[in-house]
Amino acid sequence: MLRYLLNKIALLIPTLVGITICAFAFVRLLPGDPILAMAGEHGVAPARYEELKEQFGYNLPIWQQYARYVGEVATGDFGVSISSKRPVLEEFKTLFPATLELSFFAMVFAMVIGIPAGIFAAVKRGSWFDQSLMGTALVGYSMPIFWWGLLLIIFFSGYLGWTPVSGRIGLQFFFKPITGFMTIDSLLYGKWDAFRSALSHLVLPSIVLGTIPLAVIARQTRSAMLEVLGEDYVRTARAKGLSAARVIGVHALRNALIPVVTTIGLQVGTLLAGAILTETIFAWPGIGKWMVDSIFKRDYVVVQSGLLLIALIVMAVNLIVDVLYAVINPRIRAA
Amino acid sequence: MSQTEIAPMAAGSPDRLTGLKTFWHYFSVNRGAVIGLFVFILLVLAALFAPLLAPYAPDIQDKAAFLRPPAWQEGGSTQYLLGTDPVGRDILSRLLYGARFSLLIGAVVVTLALTGGITLGLLAGYFRGWVDVAIMRVMDLILAFPSLLLALVLVTILGPGLFNAMLAIALVLQPHFARLVRAAVMAEKSREYVVAAKVAGAGHLRLMLATILPNCLAPLIVQGTLSFSNAILEAAALGFLGLGAQPPTPEWGTMLASAREFILRAWWVVTFPGLAILITVLAINLIGDGLRDALDPKLRRS
Repeated sequence: MLRYLLNKIALLIPTLVGITICAFAFVRLLPGDPILAMAGEHGVAPARYEELKEQFGYNLPIWQQYARYVGEVATGDFGVSISSKRPVLEEFKTLFPATLELSFFAMVFAMVIGIPAGIFAAVKRGSWFDQSLMGTALVGYSMPIFWWGLLLIIFFSGYLGWTPVSGRIGLQFFFKPITGFMTIDSLLYGKWDAFRSALSHLVLPSIVLGTIPLAVIARQTRSAMLEVLGEDYVRTARAKGLSAARVIGVHALRNALIPVVTTIGLQVGTLLAGAILTETIFAWPGIGKWMVDSIFKRDYVVVQSGLLLIALIVMAVNLIVDVLYAVINPRIRAA
Repeated sequence: MSQTEIAPMAAGSPDRLTGLKTFWHYFSVNRGAVIGLFVFILLVLAALFAPLLAPYAPDIQDKAAFLRPPAWQEGGSTQYLLGTDPVGRDILSRLLYGARFSLLIGAVVVTLALTGGITLGLLAGYFRGWVDVAIMRVMDLILAFPSLLLALVLVTILGPGLFNAMLAIALVLQPHFARLVRAAVMAEKSREYVVAAKVAGAGHLRLMLATILPNCLAPLIVQGTLSFSNAILEAAALGFLGLGAQPPTPEWGTMLASAREFILRAWWVVTFPGLAILITVLAINLIGDGLRDALDPKLRRS
């Protein structure tokens, strides 16, 4: 197991190097002078320009610049945001919990509906439920989620007035973050109405962000379940006279869930890409909106480090999924 | 698909059917795929004949008719069937012209991604060794980023605009093709017909392009279809974020972006462009599912 893990990590090293090269190259590939680009429309005085050039190391040969960049990143120095003048890592730490909280609820939404629906569709294969579920899943999979979000706002926030249009929590609530998760923090402070407000702000964005994963999970669960239901051990279990519920819930489901777990893990990239759109629509203060805003503010230090940090997160999650997969499925380890 | 299994075989021995007939037989069994194809053909016609079908030019502004609701709603008129946008342009006309952009985006992106992916995949799978390692590491790297994020960053470098958005999306989708081709080439390379061609004196280029590649086409066609719809979605997303096609281009995502601030006042300016995107993407995905059933011999009943 340890060998498997080390092997996996070793395979990631080229990707890791590549990611840092991409982030490093980003600022240098921008049209025009990187320092002028970072300074924005105000421009800089010539003396300050030289100073900045020195400070960012642009007067060094390119490989030394790269080495310097890697050194900075490795020590946790991701630069300082041009627009807010705060360290990028600090901004990231305050915004990331918002994205994580949203992603968590989106994933819960997708799993709680997707897995049972997929199981039921497989068991009742060919029924009207199966057919309409697969049809709906394809619609969900084809959904432009930015439009889906707007539709939900029109209906639930505008027409019915049930949910707030944007943000994380009502403006009347303010407390110092402990964990950064609104739902947990509000409970820690014992403020029930704040908790309710946080939840109501989460409903629509979670549905929007969870829609594509829901479609993928429902389809994957159904096909995994169908495969397992045809296996000999399921037939044996049935022949032993076990109840249908036990055969499906215990014998079949446990094996069917293995590929589903992988699918869920692989949705992390989808979630982070979806977060860019979802957070923009709902003015959700997470890293997706942060990236988009920074692109428009030409805050390229943030874009560069955000790119790096997000890629690192995706990579780490994929590694965890691989390892988890090996833990539940011993055949992978041997290979 | 359950329908596939109960479908009766066409008359005559299946191996006598020509390739195209066999293909259509398996494709047409899937009702969804046929519907998807039908919708897609309608879209192509709408795009081709937009100047004839559209009641107005896409950028003509009627100053007397801002945010006019669709015909069936109170305040609407048959003059503007689907209503008008905040500057008084006919939404139906803009949607029809927008179909041109979406189909163009899909076609260009898939062509670019396919060309790049086939070239890299062939090289990697055929030569193996360091060529393979170098190419596939770069592909892995591209896949390490969430696709929309990478496309966003690329567009930031290239500058906003429809063409740059297409380039960025093609680059992001291309590794999927490269991986597919590489895997298929590696599987085919040691087959007898390839060895025979080699013995007969075929050069590298001929072996790669004329001998091996035609036998890897099936998965490529399926992936190409899925990428077509993906490209439309991502381009619309970039347009929505303000980094794709720029206003006043009647691209559907861009239309949504400029309609955003009116969502609570005029539902139609938001609803119709998005519906157009959804219908297009859904139709193409339905075709993709049908193609997979028809082209994948593993799913095919023997």
